[in-house]
Amino acid sequence: MSMKVKTRQVDGITILDLSGRITLGEGSVTIRDAVRDVLAKGSNKILLNLGDISYIDSSGIGELVSAFTTVKNSGGELKLLNLTKKVHDLLQITKLYTVFDVKDDEATAISSFTK
Amino acid sequence: MADSTTMRASYTLDSSLDSVNKIEQIGEQFATKAGFDEDTVPHIAMAVREAAVNAVLHGNSYDTNKHVVASFETTSDSLIIRISDQGPGLDPDKIPDPLAPENILRGSGRGIFLIKAFMDEVNFRQLHPGTELTLIKHRTPAQSGT
Repeated sequence: MSMKVKTRQVDGITILDLSGRITLGEGSVTIRDAVRDVLAKGSNKILLNLGDISYIDSSGIGELVSAFTTVKNSGGELKLLNLTKKVHDLLQITKLYTVFDVKDDEATAISSFTK
Repeated sequence: MADSTTMRASYTLDSSLDSVNKIEQIGEQFATKAGFDEDTVPHIAMAVREAAVNAVLHGNSYDTNKHVVASFETTSDSLIIRISDQGPGLDPDKIPDPLAPENILRGSGRGIFLIKAFMDEVNFRQLHPGTELTLIKHRTPAQSGT
């Protein structure tokens, strides 16, 4: 199953609801394009909802890191929401869990962005 | 129990993402049949996928003239997966540590690290040309049916 992205806005924050797999050649390009589109439209506060991500490989992890640095370098913020246990464990193993700002509640995540 | 304790298969595939997905699926099937639990099987499948990506992408660079060979073997005490490419060769000592502060925000370079994290043994062999990765996961006596 390839990755799908749905975009919505809440209180000035762009939420990308991702579902499927973030892997080499499947989701990794999709996520890159989605973040690029959001930045091109002038928004740089992005919340990636990973609640429906069933699988992620090292390419997918790399793509999350690249998205994080791209948004940060543009002066914005990128946060992660609703990690599954698999994704949570991978971020722990790769020591990226503390790099990302990870939230498990959408309302809390929205209010945590710099106004 | 003989079927579950000794199994062997080998595949020669082209350098494509379809091959990566196929190798991952076969790895998952072998891990399941070898009796690994529901937490370990996805880890083995991911390690196999990362090794296949390494062979197809970094080894063969998607070259249609080069192939990837993946072999799977379940012995009485281990699941052994070998994946080889026909690329320029990989020196494991030159792979940057993805956990080092200067590398933590890199967009790539975590595949071999994840393979080592999820498998019990990982061995590299230079083929001239190419590299063979051997991934080993040990079975418990209960898993091997002994």
